[in-house]
Amino acid sequence: MAGENLKDALAGLESGPETTPSGDAAPRGAAGDDARHPSVQALRTRFGDAVLHHAVMSGDEHVVYVAPERSAELLRWLREDGEQQYDLLKDVTAVDYGAGRPLEVVYELWSIPHRRQLRVKATLPLDALVIDSVEPIWKTANWLEREVYDLFGIHFEGHPDLRRIMMPENYAEGHPLRKDFPLRGRFSRAEQTRRSLSMDVTDNYTPQELSVMEEDPDAAGVTRLSEDGAARTHAEASGSLNPSATPRRPNDADDYSLGTSGSAAGGTQGAQL
Amino acid sequence: VSTRTVEYLVSRSPELTADGRLIRMPVLPQGMEPELEGEHMVINIGPQHPATHGVLRLVLELDGETVIKCTPHIGYLHSSFEKLGEYRTWNQVIPLTDRMDYLAPLIYNCAYAMAVEKLMGVEVTERCKVTRVICMELDRIFSHLLWVGTTAIDIGAFTVFLYTFQERERIYDLHEALTGARITTSSTRIGGMMADLPPGWVEAVRHFANTLPRTLDEVETLLTHNNLWVGRNRDIGTISAAEAVSYGLTGPNLRASGVAYDVRKDRPYYDYETYDFDVVVGEHGDCYDRYLVRMEEIRQSLRILQQALDRLPGGPMNVPDPRLILPGKTDVMSDMESMIHHFKIVMEGVRAPVGESWYSVESSKGELGMYVVSDGGSKPVRWRVRGPSFINLSALPRMVEGHLLSDVITVNASIDIVLGEIDR
Repeated sequence: MAGENLKDALAGLESGPETTPSGDAAPRGAAGDDARHPSVQALRTRFGDAVLHHAVMSGDEHVVYVAPERSAELLRWLREDGEQQYDLLKDVTAVDYGAGRPLEVVYELWSIPHRRQLRVKATLPLDALVIDSVEPIWKTANWLEREVYDLFGIHFEGHPDLRRIMMPENYAEGHPLRKDFPLRGRFSRAEQTRRSLSMDVTDNYTPQELSVMEEDPDAAGVTRLSEDGAARTHAEASGSLNPSATPRRPNDADDYSLGTSGSAAGGTQGAQL
Repeated sequence: VSTRTVEYLVSRSPELTADGRLIRMPVLPQGMEPELEGEHMVINIGPQHPATHGVLRLVLELDGETVIKCTPHIGYLHSSFEKLGEYRTWNQVIPLTDRMDYLAPLIYNCAYAMAVEKLMGVEVTERCKVTRVICMELDRIFSHLLWVGTTAIDIGAFTVFLYTFQERERIYDLHEALTGARITTSSTRIGGMMADLPPGWVEAVRHFANTLPRTLDEVETLLTHNNLWVGRNRDIGTISAAEAVSYGLTGPNLRASGVAYDVRKDRPYYDYETYDFDVVVGEHGDCYDRYLVRMEEIRQSLRILQQALDRLPGGPMNVPDPRLILPGKTDVMSDMESMIHHFKIVMEGVRAPVGESWYSVESSKGELGMYVVSDGGSKPVRWRVRGPSFINLSALPRMVEGHLLSDVITVNASIDIVLGEIDR
């Protein structure tokens, strides 16, 4: 009996959190008292309808839900207004509650002069994952937004360099931190191996770096880049941005034939996807 | 907050001007080889390189020996800890936390447990609080000692490395006595610690705290006044206070630029407001100030450590809450209810209410934020780590552009990164 239970517990490691049915909205918490936080009151008077909800979480954490189309304007005001001065953007991240519910973009703000915390959230439906970038307001948003883009697939309008950051640029399996992404990835182990073996040297450089090397291929003795190498990278990168691409289902039976694949298999992958 | 002005202690040397500034010879005088001007070169450092402190890869665009553009490429160690966390119960996440910053594992253990306890509304016991403060300060010293040693090696001073690693070995022993492991400590549990302090541990920590300053003095004799050390660090990688805040720098990197922001003072947790210590603040925001700030922070941590050891109370380590804490082993072996209780906690895990919480602690590298979201289950819906190294590293291009290639190594070392936490 104990063995059975141990098996169940181990199988539990393969399953994610039990999400509530899709009918329920994401938990927002009860409405908080605006008077407890001066910035929330100020936001309400200045932005009116753009402030959708105010909640207090875990005792002292103030969360403000705002309309995504006005979030950048509102955050800029929070950064620049003399009474607010949220000069430290601690974090930009996202939360996926699963079951087709909208994603939340989370901005954790801190004001060093006023010693005040504020969390701003914007909710984005899955079919419109676009929000304005705050990189022009806080430089630290550059990498944080790249991370959210990479792992959740949210596009930040106006970001100067929106590339993947954790995963390779030509990663085509999707966005790993989404709830519909399986723990071991979308491709079979063999397909993943084949892809990593067929990576080109150009896949490891940004387009800007490639352009410098193209101008003077002999500089620094770096590998000379072929025209088609660069072209292929570009095609694959744009393919990976397409969310509607149907992933290839794992099929281990015919996939462990690395010896016969090589670069020829790499060439056909674009068609399969 | 007491501000300490860091003074430059530069030895009198013919290479320095009257006001103490270093004279540096131009490497390639303008116009000497006109045909080389304007030609840019791209070089790649890493991911396998001893001076990038892990699998960091930097692609540099150079004009002669001057860095025009620097692009860090990360992700070579990406293990998707945050995704893995969604597939683990609240307590099972703890072993993932110390694998992020393996240079200060106990700080990560504590920060995670503190975030989940806040979410659950659990107040840990007084003994547990003080123990965690001891653990966190011990690991701040642990991490800073590694930083001094490896940075000195990067710049060419080997001896310091031997001194600091000998001291780190003693902290490893303390880790081992407390948790059974030297690096992957996993010592906290939701609601308390894995075990109470072993006999003799407090005395061992006190002995360590009493004897470390001697080594620190020796390290400072070797570096602080050293002409080469000052020359390689001073005015290198300078970042102003306003820019440092905009780039989200925290910890010693921010304080070296003159901003007295320390989570332990600005949003105190675990009674840090009652400990007597100073926030160390630099002035110039260069590599030398970052060195001075970290050296002084070790001494301040020792002060906190001594006070925490003095006030360590008796009593239970874990909260008396059967929903969180396992029953005693003797009870489990002799009592049926205790066995069922034990079984349920291990197999089903601890449950957290619907909600979310953010907990910030001052880690050795900067502000470490743990953000946990729960939908009422035994597993997190989202577990997010605001890693200080990740954010500090994003300011590296800004700090090295315009400097020489050899300074890239110095600046990269000075911001104190750990790739396990950057790539997560």
